[in-house]
Amino acid sequence: MAANMKAVKLRIKSVQSTMQITKAMELVASSKLRRAKDRSDQCRPYFRELHHTLVDIAEGNTDFSSVYAKSVSGNRPQANRYCYVVIAGDRGLAGGYNSNLFKKLEAAASQNLTDENNLENSSKSSPTNTGVDGAAVSVSDYVVLPIGKKAVEYFHRRGVEILTEDFATVADVSVADCFEIARLLCREYREGRFGHIELCYTEFVSMLSQRPQIAPMLPLTDLENDADQADAGNGAASEKRPVRDLILYEPDSTEVFDAIVPEYLGGLIYGGVCDALASELAARRNAMEAATSNAEEMIEKLNLSYNRARQSSITTEITEIVAGAEGV
Amino acid sequence: MSSFPLRIGTPDGLLFEGNAERVVCRTITGDLAILAGHCNYCTAIGMGEAHVVFEDGTTRYAACIGGMLSVMDGTCRVLATTWEWKEDIDKERAEDAKKRAEERLARQGLTDQEYANATAKLHRALVRLSVKQ
Repeated sequence: MAANMKAVKLRIKSVQSTMQITKAMELVASSKLRRAKDRSDQCRPYFRELHHTLVDIAEGNTDFSSVYAKSVSGNRPQANRYCYVVIAGDRGLAGGYNSNLFKKLEAAASQNLTDENNLENSSKSSPTNTGVDGAAVSVSDYVVLPIGKKAVEYFHRRGVEILTEDFATVADVSVADCFEIARLLCREYREGRFGHIELCYTEFVSMLSQRPQIAPMLPLTDLENDADQADAGNGAASEKRPVRDLILYEPDSTEVFDAIVPEYLGGLIYGGVCDALASELAARRNAMEAATSNAEEMIEKLNLSYNRARQSSITTEITEIVAGAEGV
Repeated sequence: MSSFPLRIGTPDGLLFEGNAERVVCRTITGDLAILAGHCNYCTAIGMGEAHVVFEDGTTRYAACIGGMLSVMDGTCRVLATTWEWKEDIDKERAEDAKKRAEERLARQGLTDQEYANATAKLHRALVRLSVKQ
């Protein structure tokens, strides 16, 4: 009995210390979350306006002379290649935060690959199964720019081509860094290393809900398709609106796009980073809250069994003493 | 004079939302004024002084650097990388930045990237100072 009591006591102690850690992590996450949420709230309007404006432009645009405006078809070797800017967390222990994002990314990437293969009627084996055996297929079919340590680690493990690892810690990414990323992406895009850029991040819906999301960024025609899909999803007529209100670009669309697009990418990435950071902390807070309450429950149960063991050992002792006294 | 809805946003938040009579700002090709009833329009913002005339006739000056200006269906959106109202500009900081950039430019053996960064910093500082004065 005594051995059992000791084991239970040890177990309680270990659970208690784990609980202390989860509790501390929860507190840290919630205090950081407040700051991150403020930042995300602050830049949300800019992010939204920027996206909205660009979607408007993409819908009304009839001039495709700029390299950013139109998805190049065929004339560039890697026109159908996708580049994903993946914003994940720096640390684990945030519930399904990181894995949900990667799952979403994998699904989107294989979807895009199948689309592309159908288009090309390529004889390549179907890359839809991006599981263990699919990894070999997906290696050279998309590029990533990971932000956040977990993303870097993940893509290393998968052997996906990485554009740069300079922005490994998502918590340190500033506005200036975002513009640097944008300039890098634009340069690579112009050189034709890939034909599409998408942003993969976790949208901060509320304290309790975060949604992984993939948003197209370039070329601008992708934005238009996205808006159409959203319309269709809302049940609105997805029929294409006739382009009537033309936009005046000054001095001309090519020059305007060349100047705007890097800014736009930078702004969008910054918005994504703010949202992702808030999401990560909220996810961690929730996970840790759940862990703490689980630990509490466990301690309660263990305490019960400890008391039971203690009681039965005392009972045995008394019985023994009484029996001994009678014997005398 | 008639007015139009205007929104000014930067990554640090939405700085202004409301009606204005006139927006003047420096684009990549030169100064430009937007009045009510402008056609759909889009251009990129350069570096320079901007000012907004509000409905009540007051004028506010600002330093405006980078970003885009668009007019869509009568709504004007100024999405700038930096938009600082005149009264918010930190003069000392701008002067410090100017001095540092000048020192850096005076040095020998800069890489192209460093040179570009320093020039951009100097430009930004000069814009801020010119607006403040």
